[in-house]
Amino acid sequence: MQPTFTSSRILLPVRPWFIIFSLILALLANLLPTAHWPGIPDWVALVICFWSIREQRRVGMGWAFLLGLAMDVADGAVLGQHCFSYVLLAYTAATLSRRILWFPLAQQALQVLPLLIGAQLLQLLMRLVAGADFPGWGYLIGPFIGALLWIPGTFLLLLPQYQPVERDENRPL
Amino acid sequence: MAGFDHAPPPFFKRGPAPLALLTFYLAVSLALFVVDLRVQSLGLLRQSVALVVDPVQRVAQTPGSLVDHAIAYLRGLHKLREENTRLTQAQLLTAPNLLRLQHLEAENERLRRLMAVKEREKASGQVAQIMYTARDPYSRRIVIDKGQQSGITAGQPAIDEAGVVGQVTRVFPFSAEVTLITDKDQAVPVQVVRSGLRSVVFGLGNGQLELRYIPANADVEIGDLLVTSGLDGIFLPGFPVAKVTSIERDNAFAFARISALPLAGVENFGEVMVLAPREELPPPPPEAQGRRANTGTPKKAGAK
Repeated sequence: MQPTFTSSRILLPVRPWFIIFSLILALLANLLPTAHWPGIPDWVALVICFWSIREQRRVGMGWAFLLGLAMDVADGAVLGQHCFSYVLLAYTAATLSRRILWFPLAQQALQVLPLLIGAQLLQLLMRLVAGADFPGWGYLIGPFIGALLWIPGTFLLLLPQYQPVERDENRPL
Repeated sequence: MAGFDHAPPPFFKRGPAPLALLTFYLAVSLALFVVDLRVQSLGLLRQSVALVVDPVQRVAQTPGSLVDHAIAYLRGLHKLREENTRLTQAQLLTAPNLLRLQHLEAENERLRRLMAVKEREKASGQVAQIMYTARDPYSRRIVIDKGQQSGITAGQPAIDEAGVVGQVTRVFPFSAEVTLITDKDQAVPVQVVRSGLRSVVFGLGNGQLELRYIPANADVEIGDLLVTSGLDGIFLPGFPVAKVTSIERDNAFAFARISALPLAGVENFGEVMVLAPREELPPPPPEAQGRRANTGTPKKAGAK
């Protein structure tokens, strides 16, 4: 049922407010007090990556930059650290979008994994430049969990687009 | 189906090329990074972004605080009553000291005036609630719910009932960021109570502290209490900071490796007291004639 080359399903156009809503929700999830648990993915990076692949004309580097700035301030990190990695992530995801969407979902997750790891490594590098200690390899579990969440995440974020234009009694969804 | 769009594609109005945009954003990010790291003059930008992010952060904290409230509620009356009795007893135990404290302070003041020593500063401040700890796994920071609106300024020390917690490093309109004493390279000038030895204690970033630049043969023992020395002009003297937990004396190094554990509930949630900034310290004597100026010849020091 996924819109790959094997699927004939046509999706509804995405609603802009839903994109903004999901981005803000991701920011909220990032600010939850769960950040110290090991393996919590960077939700904002995941959602930016998703929309950059799906809707590159609506969500691009501008959004990535703004959200990165918000994350920098919320984290009390050096400004520009999240901005840099998110912008680069958005650009790479948009460039690779045609190729990534050609694969079925599980393989899409594999393609997204290096992007997420790259973004995380970039942040790590900038922190090290800013004079922080190396936090240990557990810091890099997050992207793997994020890539695993690609499959349910795609389903959730595409859910509003699955609904038919006209409500049909015989076809509820 | 990628890029499948129902709106007609805008052929002539597509904005700048992606690569140009990328270059622009990356350049801005890098500029921000370098300026923030080297010059640290982006306070206004940080504050304005914080004003937007603040509501989101507060919302993000509600589930956690709801759970906390629920747990506190479920813990029930019994625990509370127990705690109440314990606190009453503790108060009774400290009552004699507290009652005499005022008297002693007054006496101390009088004596100091008699001896023409500058009066001791009094501690005053305001209580703030800890909203959350910074998400960053690298840094030990907390955010409190009082900011510029309550007159908090950067540099103010924060304490709790057991000792020094940290220092306000960034102030936002409705919140402020406190760097804990356990943060990497956060330094607090301290004094060993038993021997009067002065030093500086540094955070290690893992919840521990290290007492640096103490000669290997210095008089420090395990269990020694470290209090603020007040020489920095920021912390009032006499607040407990940490207790020495281990000492390694190695002949190969000039300094002993002394680690200490903070006394305050530095890594816990709760409330802190942000102390008002101290009065200005007297200006340091001029460098060249520093020794002579100290021996009580104010004429020469004044002439400079």
